[in-house]
Amino acid sequence: MPTEPQYVPRSQVLPLDKALEVIDALPGGGVILTKVEEVLNWGRAASVWPLTFGLACCAIEMMQAYATRFDMDRMGIIPRATPRQADCIIVAGRATIKIAPIVRRLWEQMPEPKYVISMGSCATCGGPFYYDNYSILKGIDQVIPVDVYVPGWPPRPEALIEGLLNLQDKIKKEPFLRRRIARAAAAATQA
Amino acid sequence: MALRTEELMLNMGPQHPSTHGVLRMVVTLDGENVVDVQPDIGYLHSSVEKMMENRTYLQNIALVDRGMDYLSAMANEEVWVLACERLGKIEVPERARYIRTIMLELQRISSHLIWLGTFGIDLGAFTAFLWAMRERERIMDLFESATGGRLHHVYFRIGGVFEDLPEGWTDRCEEFCDYFLDRLPEYDELLTGNPIFLARTQGVGVLPLDTAIAMGASGPVARASGLAYDVRKAHPYEVYERVEFDIPVRSEGDCYARYLVRLEEMRQSVRIIRQCLERLPAGEIRSKVAVTLRLPKGEVYARTESPRGDLGIYLVSDGADRPYRVKIRAPAFSNLYALTEMMRGWKVADVIAILGSIDIVLSDVDR
Ligand code: SF4
Repeated sequence: MPTEPQYVPRSQVLPLDKALEVIDALPGGGVILTKVEEVLNWGRAASVWPLTFGLACCAIEMMQAYATRFDMDRMGIIPRATPRQADCIIVAGRATIKIAPIVRRLWEQMPEPKYVISMGSCATCGGPFYYDNYSILKGIDQVIPVDVYVPGWPPRPEALIEGLLNLQDKIKKEPFLRRRIARAAAAATQA
Repeated sequence: MALRTEELMLNMGPQHPSTHGVLRMVVTLDGENVVDVQPDIGYLHSSVEKMMENRTYLQNIALVDRGMDYLSAMANEEVWVLACERLGKIEVPERARYIRTIMLELQRISSHLIWLGTFGIDLGAFTAFLWAMRERERIMDLFESATGGRLHHVYFRIGGVFEDLPEGWTDRCEEFCDYFLDRLPEYDELLTGNPIFLARTQGVGVLPLDTAIAMGASGPVARASGLAYDVRKAHPYEVYERVEFDIPVRSEGDCYARYLVRLEEMRQSVRIIRQCLERLPAGEIRSKVAVTLRLPKGEVYARTESPRGDLGIYLVSDGADRPYRVKIRAPAFSNLYALTEMMRGWKVADVIAILGSIDIVLSDVDR
């Protein structure tokens, strides 16, 4: 029995049950059309692996977010202990001038593409340690570029999750492949 | 002829999954044996003592939460307001004293739970972490409904507490006590009788009593070495002299003893909370204290038992509305220096277990 062809928006990743409907509706086979880049981005956004790097109090809320009640694993967010395996660094807590070069080096050790989340007001701007203070860095963005700022003192685990979801949105929209191709082309012309 | 190997310097941290923050340890190894350990601290130095000189006595309550040991914000607030109250001879209403004691003991449980979870991770038992966090979330809920904050509360005030407990809070706290005592045997099943856990902790990292005293260790670390000393008994504050509780003491001084002491302390904390809830009087929660409080000229030393040990504040006032000088005696700092003694001669794999067992918080070490 022929079914009515359904309206399928172009270049969109469908949820599985919807996708199955479409496949049935297509005459003679199953084809989903999308862009390679979007599939790639969809996969990347669903597996953000942050580096476990707790600096201060915010790290405790970060631990809570990984643990029982909030369970970030369900969003594909799995902590990694080494920068070589991570693609996102959550700067959780205040950074001192002594630790700043180490944060920078960790960031440099991470493979591209990489992202930075600044968690808490200390990492964002120095927070309560902004005035009369000689040892705290006034914002981690002085040493590494930040993608998402999560405000709070400390941010609740929910806030951190929101920040990570925002990061996922950002990853989904990125011209990831195009940028890569452009870079390769530029390198080829130079050579 | 014995085989001679060259000594190797190994750098652990500051980014290491089991340094519990930003501690760097320079470990000298002979083969697999630890010859020497030099902790390198200061990665989280937040110049709190200096900042406190520029803030009023009231503002400083918010600062000690963050700037000192962030796992036990209530204990920091307690030692700060205690110092101010002693210097200014400020009365605290009965009800506030009881509320403070309840909060302090809840904080002790939550801090020990974090320790238990991370110690479990260090030794490869991930379940302990998830379970400990589950219980901790319940304490966070209690804190949040009473104080409005999960981690940093700013709840204690000089001369009392900020607000009265919300309706039904005592019942929920009672409920939590029952729930928690139910859960504690689970940890026994998970860790206490676990042969891998025993092999990694029993007899490992022994700290003899005389070394513990010489190094100024305090809290559960010293009590696991046989020092029966607890500030709550020796110099009682709040209502600790009126409640009954025991101080767990072990004589072995190894990682396992430190684990058992902390586990038993959590049980005793529940006991204290229950007694306080039972006797909680009605009445005022705060005595009248000016916002721009000026303490008389003088100096004072206040000490309390934080979850990590003997926490003290030395406060000097010159009569102004802000302190002249504040010195914080941090328990984790002294405990960290007992580390070298504990680690010498053990294998490199034990370094993690020993470091995990002393429960340092880098914010407390560096301040
Ligand atoms: S923002 Fe607040 S909770 Fe986070 S590190 Fe700074 S002081 Fe601590």
